[in-house]
Amino acid sequence: MSEILLKIDGKEVKAKEGMTVLEAARSAGISIPTLCHHEKLEPYGGCRLCIVEIESRGSRRLAVSCVYPAEKNIAVTTRSEKVDRIRKMILQLLLAHAPDAFDLQDLAKEYGADRNRFEKEPSFCVHCGLCVRYCAEVKKKNAVGFVDRGIRKEISFIPEIASKECWNCKECFPLCPTEALQAAYVLVEALAFPSSATGACATGE
Amino acid sequence: MDREKIDQIIDKHHGEASSLIQVLLEIQAANHWLPKEALERVAEKLQVPMTRIQHIATFYKAFSLVPKGRHEIHICMGTACHVRGAPRVLDAAQELTGIKPGETDLDLKFSLQTVNCLGCCALGPVLEIDGKTHGKMSPAEMANVLKNYD
Amino acid sequence: MARIKTPVELEELRKSILSTRDPNKPCITLCSGSACNASGSLEVAASIEEEIAKQGLGAEVDVRRTGCHGYCERGPIIVIHPEKICYFQIKPEDIPEIISQTIKEKKVIERLLYTDPATGEKIVYEHDIPFYKYQKRLVFGSNGSVDPKSIDDYLAIGGYSALAKVLSGMTPDAVLQEVKKANLRGRGGGGFPAGTKWEGSRNAPGEIKYVIVNADEGDPGAYMDRSLLEGNPHAVLEGLTIGAYAVGSHEGYIYVRQEYPLAVENVFTAIRQGEEYGLLGKDILGSGFDFKVIVHQGAGAFVCGESTALMTALEGRAGEPRPKYIRSNIVGLWGRPSVLNNVETWANVPLVINKGADWFTQYGTESSKGTKIFSLVGKITNTGLVEVPMGTPLKDIIYQIGGGIPGGKKFKAVQTGGPSGGCIPEELLDLPVGFDELTKAGSMMGSGGMIVMDEDTCMVDVARYFLDFLTDESCGKCVPCREGMRQMLKVLTRITKGKGKEGDIELLEELSETAQEAALCALGKSSPNPFLSTLKYFREEYEAHINQKRCPALSCKELIAFHIDPEKCQACTTCARKCPSDAIIGGKNLIHIVDQAKCTKCGTCFEVCPPRFRAVRKISGEPVPARIAEEARTITRKSKEK
Repeated sequence: MSEILLKIDGKEVKAKEGMTVLEAARSAGISIPTLCHHEKLEPYGGCRLCIVEIESRGSRRLAVSCVYPAEKNIAVTTRSEKVDRIRKMILQLLLAHAPDAFDLQDLAKEYGADRNRFEKEPSFCVHCGLCVRYCAEVKKKNAVGFVDRGIRKEISFIPEIASKECWNCKECFPLCPTEALQAAYVLVEALAFPSSATGACATGE
Repeated sequence: MDREKIDQIIDKHHGEASSLIQVLLEIQAANHWLPKEALERVAEKLQVPMTRIQHIATFYKAFSLVPKGRHEIHICMGTACHVRGAPRVLDAAQELTGIKPGETDLDLKFSLQTVNCLGCCALGPVLEIDGKTHGKMSPAEMANVLKNYD
Repeated sequence: MARIKTPVELEELRKSILSTRDPNKPCITLCSGSACNASGSLEVAASIEEEIAKQGLGAEVDVRRTGCHGYCERGPIIVIHPEKICYFQIKPEDIPEIISQTIKEKKVIERLLYTDPATGEKIVYEHDIPFYKYQKRLVFGSNGSVDPKSIDDYLAIGGYSALAKVLSGMTPDAVLQEVKKANLRGRGGGGFPAGTKWEGSRNAPGEIKYVIVNADEGDPGAYMDRSLLEGNPHAVLEGLTIGAYAVGSHEGYIYVRQEYPLAVENVFTAIRQGEEYGLLGKDILGSGFDFKVIVHQGAGAFVCGESTALMTALEGRAGEPRPKYIRSNIVGLWGRPSVLNNVETWANVPLVINKGADWFTQYGTESSKGTKIFSLVGKITNTGLVEVPMGTPLKDIIYQIGGGIPGGKKFKAVQTGGPSGGCIPEELLDLPVGFDELTKAGSMMGSGGMIVMDEDTCMVDVARYFLDFLTDESCGKCVPCREGMRQMLKVLTRITKGKGKEGDIELLEELSETAQEAALCALGKSSPNPFLSTLKYFREEYEAHINQKRCPALSCKELIAFHIDPEKCQACTTCARKCPSDAIIGGKNLIHIVDQAKCTKCGTCFEVCPPRFRAVRKISGEPVPARIAEEARTITRKSKEK
């Protein structure tokens, strides 16, 4: 396998062919914040937290490192005024949904993100897609998916599949950075299969 | 909608998963909505997960997962119509039918939907009911037009 | 109909078609594009058929139902050939007179002619009418000469001769070079040089390559592609086939909005006819080149006009864009090299091949060659589709061709580039239309939508409108677009409702930067453009809304009130009768008053108050004047003096 030589934060890094900039950075011990990234899953490029500055062939641009392929002779900068500003804004936008999300607290402190910059949004879900992608790519059950688009996008369980698979699995629960997943599951469980193992009473029909 | 008809549509597209959207469009056109049984049959025959079908059926505006009214009102909210006063026409329509865009009234008489440009900008504000285009609409005209539909 | 097996056979067929057509035979051409259909051309067509049968003129008069002519404000349109007499706003009742007077007696019917609004002069011929005269309709002009459902019509005007030329001795590389030399830039919005895109795909590794027509015209107010595809689908197919040959592709796709049923129908018909004639399918014109075309319909998602989202939709998925770090002409549909171009771009290709790059480059500017079709809509006298050479000043398009602003109102801005574009104010009207020129001014060419706005349009509301559109159409995958626009829309909505606060503009600017720099696709990256351009040229409107709770254009509902001037009201009772909310208190000889609590700001009273009184006015940023005393409301009419 051929090697790719690039620079990250001034440091010479040897990356393997096919690696993304994020993987190359991690292999060299350089940290870049992520939210929607997971080693077992295909890179998603949804949260944009891993954004970095890339200088290549004389031009400079911002790129999302979890998806951008490591190329030879590029110079990557993982922290800059602009990068920090954008990460701070992304965090603030996410905090509007889940101000108490564990995964966001340290990052918020590091980038000075104000959890009250925006009014609290009614939905916890930050659409990292980890649950949907894990169930599709790793478990291959497709019990939970996305519905709708834009600001109306939500996650939704398929009751028939969830009733068979989820109680004994729940591997996606620890992946969720907020309470959204558990909330969605509990709701579906209560409405769709009232005589479930939890013994919970049906709230609807 | 009977299973045979659904199978016919699917077979016309050779059961290819890439034709999923085309298949759903045909079912929607024939039935005016996508019942759950139809979606399950499509999932089965095309070998695609239900989550993908559910995403597509909600992502694209052409599809409806609930029955539509007898008359579908589409109000154009394109920029040219907007500039000529389409929001007021929409307000009047909402007032008269009692429903908001995306909804169907309880009698299943009217379904209201906004559209982003019907391409009849010279006639703006434009609305379309059951495929018939009504141009140069005004809030006052709304009542007159809707009167003709039962 | 036997398949045409060689270019020579094609020319023979063309000659034989032309030999049966007498150029001096009277022909009634009726515009049957979607907009004219909506204005009644279907009924007019029925009337023509009826009248011709009644008068037994079937053999003497041809009737041709064509696609859109472009002058949509005045439809339905009839052009009588060979003279090219142009009649407008035709009703079914006009047909018997047209046939007996113009067809039989060769007399012109004055009342159906175009009237010059300045001089009152009647103009008879299409080419003299200012709307058409100042255009250069290289691509769109053919619409008036062909019935889109007739491949013979297209052959009669020289159709498929470019394809024949290509397949009778041009190498794919020669075709590529010609298109590159012509500097044909994408007409869908990006303005990327088509030849370069094709070359990238041609040279990319892989046997299987695709060519795709983007007919998902989603920009509200733009309907050029619809009219081209409805009116001349063969031109698009011919261009696509030539492109496929150049790139080395044997499979093409047309992705067309399902909201365009007539375009879908005509494209299917054209493909079927092309296959019958051997101009599509295996061994086209005996060249050994195979090419087939598949049609996919959109399902109502603006984002699918973005090239990677479109390809994702072609694969049968929800149209979420993919990162473009590796261009889709290298890794596209199914991971294979895919050339995606707009309808209008493909329609230009036969011209470039037939007439050559040198001919093509005589039109346009240094960096934007050829012509562009624009949809001129909104507050404009001559709404319609306009084709002009690149470099034409915006002013000429709006005033010379467009006829200026109706109702004596003042021009305010023209919005170009759809939701990804921006507004151009009056001081920049001399700007020549071109890719780079418009981008420099803070807007962009986009697909060609030109929405004209006047003094009654609130620019803050325009920004809010586009954000509203985009939050609905965003795929929702990435944070800067989904969440960023969610918050931007909230702020802009607050501002239009009079709840703007100090710091709002700065917050909007920050969110704009995040979207521009970090969003996944072009939709997200360009989503702040309408806000940024209206802020740049109309900052005072934002400040008025936020600081004075005033809408200078008197448009934002929550910031305006309708008031009847007691000095002007003559108690004609018109407004009270027409008010849909019963919000006007009035009676005979009693000065009318608007009940502000019930008023829904629909504007009906403002519209119906007779111009000689003009008693209703809109006020903003100031309190509604106190009601006059009850006693003062009675109007005593002066009796006429003898």
